[in-house]
Amino acid sequence: MTRLFLGIIGRDLRLALRHGADTLGAVLFFILAGALFPLALGPSPELLRRMAPGVIWVCALLAALLPLDRLFGSELEDGSLDHLLLTGLPPALVALAKMAAHWVTTGLPLLVAAVPMAIMLDMPSHAFPALMAGLIPGTMALSLFGGMAASIVLGARRGGVLLPLLVLPLVTPVLIFGAAAVDSARIGLAWAPDMELLLAILAGAFPLCPLAAGAGLRAAAE
Amino acid sequence: MLEARDITVFRGERLVLDQVSLSLSAGEAMLLTGPNGAGKSTLMRVLAGLRKPDSGELLWKGENVFSDRMAYSRNIAYLGHQDALKPGLTLTENLSVFSHGASLEEAFDSFDLRPLADTPVRLFSAGQKRRAALARVILAQAPLWLLDEPSLGLDVHSVSRLGEALRHHRQAGGMIIVTTHVPLPLEDVRHLTLSGVPADDWAGEFTDA
Repeated sequence: MTRLFLGIIGRDLRLALRHGADTLGAVLFFILAGALFPLALGPSPELLRRMAPGVIWVCALLAALLPLDRLFGSELEDGSLDHLLLTGLPPALVALAKMAAHWVTTGLPLLVAAVPMAIMLDMPSHAFPALMAGLIPGTMALSLFGGMAASIVLGARRGGVLLPLLVLPLVTPVLIFGAAAVDSARIGLAWAPDMELLLAILAGAFPLCPLAAGAGLRAAAE
Repeated sequence: MLEARDITVFRGERLVLDQVSLSLSAGEAMLLTGPNGAGKSTLMRVLAGLRKPDSGELLWKGENVFSDRMAYSRNIAYLGHQDALKPGLTLTENLSVFSHGASLEEAFDSFDLRPLADTPVRLFSAGQKRRAALARVILAQAPLWLLDEPSLGLDVHSVSRLGEALRHHRQAGGMIIVTTHVPLPLEDVRHLTLSGVPADDWAGEFTDA
């Protein structure tokens, strides 16, 4: 079972490497969207410093949405979904494997790209630990919620439009606490409470989202 | 071993399968025939446990399949219309996830695929892709094979290879259910013809499809 689970992750990672342009797309979007804010709001360092946590988090959230559409969509279209469901692995674990692959191919690169973005927006260096510590569970939660929504809209007409409408409300708590943690760190307040709430969201999403996603995959295959 | 009783399936408002029953025991093969749209593929998906029938039951060794689909899925090898191969991956990479510990080389040899093992699937012809999908059926090492038009796009030589694989599987006590529109190299086979639903019942289907 573990072998199958890792096999599915490995297969997705290999696919992501072969289609490098698609994989980089989300990161490039993240950087470009972030770069628009100084252009639109003016280059005042004071303003950018204040906006930085929010900008980084909003851009990360939107960038993580981009590849969700294809996460299960491509599997459904070419018939692979049937075979994934017939491997004998519970659908929830199939979904979890895909979510894990989404995190490695989208979440991790976003973490790396967040560093130059934070420097670009002149975020004070003592807020960096809070940003990174928040983005790790935050991006994981984005992959879990996003994967769940992607499997639910799978096979639906205009699923691509429905997907953000479903994901964005669900991930607002992640955004609120993630950005609040960085903001607290920036002005020298304790950021542990925000982090704890973020981890609590992840702890809730970790078992529940794959279960819901598994049911979504079953329904899509019918 | 496999028994289906009064399987009925609706697709939207349309009756696709009307009380289809069949049973199959070790070493037997069954050929599903019928016109386009008669519900052959739908029946295959029901038999694979991918789709729940709206009524009727499916039993494997006397146990209801839908009470534990995970356990049942280890007993079947399913070949759908689509080849389900990722164009960006090589043949070996495509199939290794599904190998269940079986030797990839043996499955490749059954369909002359060994020279293509490290070739990306996007360079394959339609027939080669079909052969790769058939190799996955062998890899599953399952007693029941569900093949939906397995000979689609195969050349004469590959069809005879397919016949060999089918014969071999039955000799080992395996079961085969296959849908086809062209003759297949299968001896001593049972037939099930799905008549399909009369054309009148199709009215309005295209407006809400």
